[in-house]
Amino acid sequence: MSFPWAQQYKPTTEFGQWMDDRLPVGRLIYNSLGAGYPTPRNLNYMWNFGSLAGLFLVIQIVTGIILAMHYAANANIAFDSVEHIMRDVNSGWMIRYAHANGASFFFIAIYLHIGRGLYYGSYKAPREMIWLLGVVIYLLAMATAFMGYVLPWGQMSFWGAKVITGLFEAIPLVGKPIQELLLGGFAPDNAALNRFFSLHYLLPFVIAGVIIMHIWALHIPGSNNPTGVSVKGKQDTVPFHPFYTAKDGWFVGLALIVFTAMLFFMPNALGHADNYIPANPLSTPAHIVPEWYFWPWYAILRAFTFDFFFIPAKLLGVLAMFSAILVWFFLPWLDRSPVRSGDYRPRFKKFFWFGLIPCIAILGYCGGAPAEEPFVMLSQLASAYYFAHFLIVLPLLSRIEKPTPLPNSITEAVTGKPIQQAS
Amino acid sequence: MVRFFGILIGLFFAGMMVYSFGRGAVEYVSNPPVKAVEYQFHEKPKEVSFTSDGPFGKFDNQQLQRGFQVYKEVCAACHGLRLVAFRNLAELGYNEDEVKAIAANWPIETADIDPNTGEASTRPSIPADKFPKPFANNVAAAAANNNAIPPDLSLITKARGGGAAYIYSLLTGYTQPPADLPEANRPGTGLHYNPYFANLNLAMAQPIVAEDQVTYSDGTKATMSQMAQDVSAFLIWTAEPSLIKQKQTGWAVLAFLLIATILAFLSYKSIWADVKSEKKKKDA
Amino acid sequence: MASIDTAVESGDPAVSEPEIGGVRRRDFINIAAVSFAGVGVVATVFPLVNQMNPSADVLALSSIEVDISAIESGQAIKTSWRKQPIFIRNLTAPEIEAANKVDISGLRDPETLADRTQPGKENWLITLGVCTHLGCVPLGAAQGEVKGEYDGYFCPCHGSHYDTAGRTRKGPAPTNLEVPEYSFLTDTVVKIG
Repeated sequence: MSFPWAQQYKPTTEFGQWMDDRLPVGRLIYNSLGAGYPTPRNLNYMWNFGSLAGLFLVIQIVTGIILAMHYAANANIAFDSVEHIMRDVNSGWMIRYAHANGASFFFIAIYLHIGRGLYYGSYKAPREMIWLLGVVIYLLAMATAFMGYVLPWGQMSFWGAKVITGLFEAIPLVGKPIQELLLGGFAPDNAALNRFFSLHYLLPFVIAGVIIMHIWALHIPGSNNPTGVSVKGKQDTVPFHPFYTAKDGWFVGLALIVFTAMLFFMPNALGHADNYIPANPLSTPAHIVPEWYFWPWYAILRAFTFDFFFIPAKLLGVLAMFSAILVWFFLPWLDRSPVRSGDYRPRFKKFFWFGLIPCIAILGYCGGAPAEEPFVMLSQLASAYYFAHFLIVLPLLSRIEKPTPLPNSITEAVTGKPIQQAS
Repeated sequence: MVRFFGILIGLFFAGMMVYSFGRGAVEYVSNPPVKAVEYQFHEKPKEVSFTSDGPFGKFDNQQLQRGFQVYKEVCAACHGLRLVAFRNLAELGYNEDEVKAIAANWPIETADIDPNTGEASTRPSIPADKFPKPFANNVAAAAANNNAIPPDLSLITKARGGGAAYIYSLLTGYTQPPADLPEANRPGTGLHYNPYFANLNLAMAQPIVAEDQVTYSDGTKATMSQMAQDVSAFLIWTAEPSLIKQKQTGWAVLAFLLIATILAFLSYKSIWADVKSEKKKKDA
Repeated sequence: MASIDTAVESGDPAVSEPEIGGVRRRDFINIAAVSFAGVGVVATVFPLVNQMNPSADVLALSSIEVDISAIESGQAIKTSWRKQPIFIRNLTAPEIEAANKVDISGLRDPETLADRTQPGKENWLITLGVCTHLGCVPLGAAQGEVKGEYDGYFCPCHGSHYDTAGRTRKGPAPTNLEVPEYSFLTDTVVKIG
């Protein structure tokens, strides 16, 4: 929008002109996702995951609305109504498995999207607001996914609801009343199930709204790119359509192949067997784990095993878990390096690939493992690095690191002319 | 300012973690955790294959019918199948009259209300009915079974870690407790030793106890292993009746997506050809 | 440089391919890819809409068996089939006579009583208890209810009158009360559906 050389929307039909004068929807789409949005010409495949996450959100909303036509949010029949969908509703199994696996794929896309932003410095000025809105989307998505997992009212649903609302109990003084407020009772039951269903239906639309702001904010500075160098002129960009619509298009096909392979051939691989046992408030499963996309945070929660003077370990774990995500809100101001892309930051690159990525992989593995040694010790080490990376390494690194020379422009980087000293 | 406080908070959390790790490590070395007895004696499910396995798998209806017979004659007295309806048996190859007869002659009748008195009563089942529960409720089930509630079997192969292989292993895995099993882990009264069960001792007595316990009408020799495998196959079907349809639909969808993706890729390549060729021109 | 932005519209002469019947090969691929995606979307929509059709458990209840031995002459019962009311009426001889006396050429929906019952069982009138006007349940099946001017059924919603053969005689109802598919399994058991 802010590029003077952006192509201008020209209605081709009389009706198009009539609409454009009254409700310029066509112009809006043209300027945001069409030929009117100049996009850096050197984006790599890591830039495909934003649109992919958007596609999976659409899949979740469509299948979710359909499931809500058959699901009954009542603790007595919720489990059976899901089985009714699986057994009796026409193609019900397909829609439910698409929804269950779609959540996982949404998170895969969103994690790769976040990882790209972390590596290529997409959170840095002037894109802080895009990043902040993205963190909000992620938080909303976590809340939505958690409440959705409660709805089938199996053993994991029930105990997940109990354990996660139990986190709030750690808050001094007001913890217990807050937990009872959230559940509408002393343990998860009808009241909790109904409000979770209501919010699970609402939040995706809130997410969609925040995504609109996320894209709006994106169109002010335009997309970042693998060099991190700002767009200097028309030669650095191509119109979003057809160049990136075509690239997104075929990549979506690839992603859908993986998705449908999961959906039709191993639909329960990412789920947990215990959730096919109806909820039983009197018996806890041997090994409670959340869905895989929460494992890193779950590992941080469980890593705190010792009190700190007057702060109990339980509260510390909860604080650390929330801080681990909330720290992202401060990221643009913690990392002050003027260079965006990790490609031109030799030390940052090492900390990223040999520090942060293995650390999150270890946290993820330990979060899914039983709470016993050596997993607790491993997650303690990984948590230590996680906090150190964002709160100590990044702020100090930007002071001492010497970036490698940047290309003068995107075009120069693409066409491979000899790279000169950074301007 | 943000960085100053950030570093302080970072030092706190990271410090706590390193401290916890240190204390955990000392504890680990000085007092190594002992694996629970259950771990030492517990065994992973046996390797067993079913015709429905794999991306091209199909149900063997003969086997499913045999499995249904085993369920009916061995399991049904205690274990329900509450999510499956008699009409679903048509998928195993029974015709309409056979399904009707199975429903009407099922040993447990469907709960209903007497139309004249309004009192609770029972009536013979019709195909539209789900399999009647063997016990009115959990209390009745526990009271009749030495305080253990026999689980409903509708979803059992999806609700247990090892799936059908676990069921098969459990059914064929009853054995005498090994001599070195500690006293505390030996089966108490009313319990039975089975290394495939999580805590080694379960309330269910060995259900399949002898060859030819059921008489198969298709002439298959009813060995103990055969019966266990047949009923496990049947329970795969009860847990996921659409399993085969899922795989068939999956292949059609994958084939379509593959062609569509190749076309989209070629389209992408052709659209970007200009930009790429410009790059080549510059390279030259 | 202009070629980046304009290539799709006109094609850079240096890189454009030979034209085949006015459509370049690359356009053909694009059209094919987009059409394939369109087919995929349409194929996906089918199960997403079809899920709203009656599910297997609903269809399984599409036939019921009713014991009619307790219905005495002149009485009627209301039962339920596919969650809709069914009227089963044991007609008296005068009612049958009254129904047969009517000249069907003057009816809105001409049918004889014999058309609406089974041979040898003319006294058993089995109809849906759903007014053909807008779907209310007519009165007249239970004891003491208003039977309307023609001594059959009367729909209180908009004043439709049905006669002893369940035929529409007065009021807005366009057709006779619907007779479902049924058969006598024995003299006293009817299978509906």
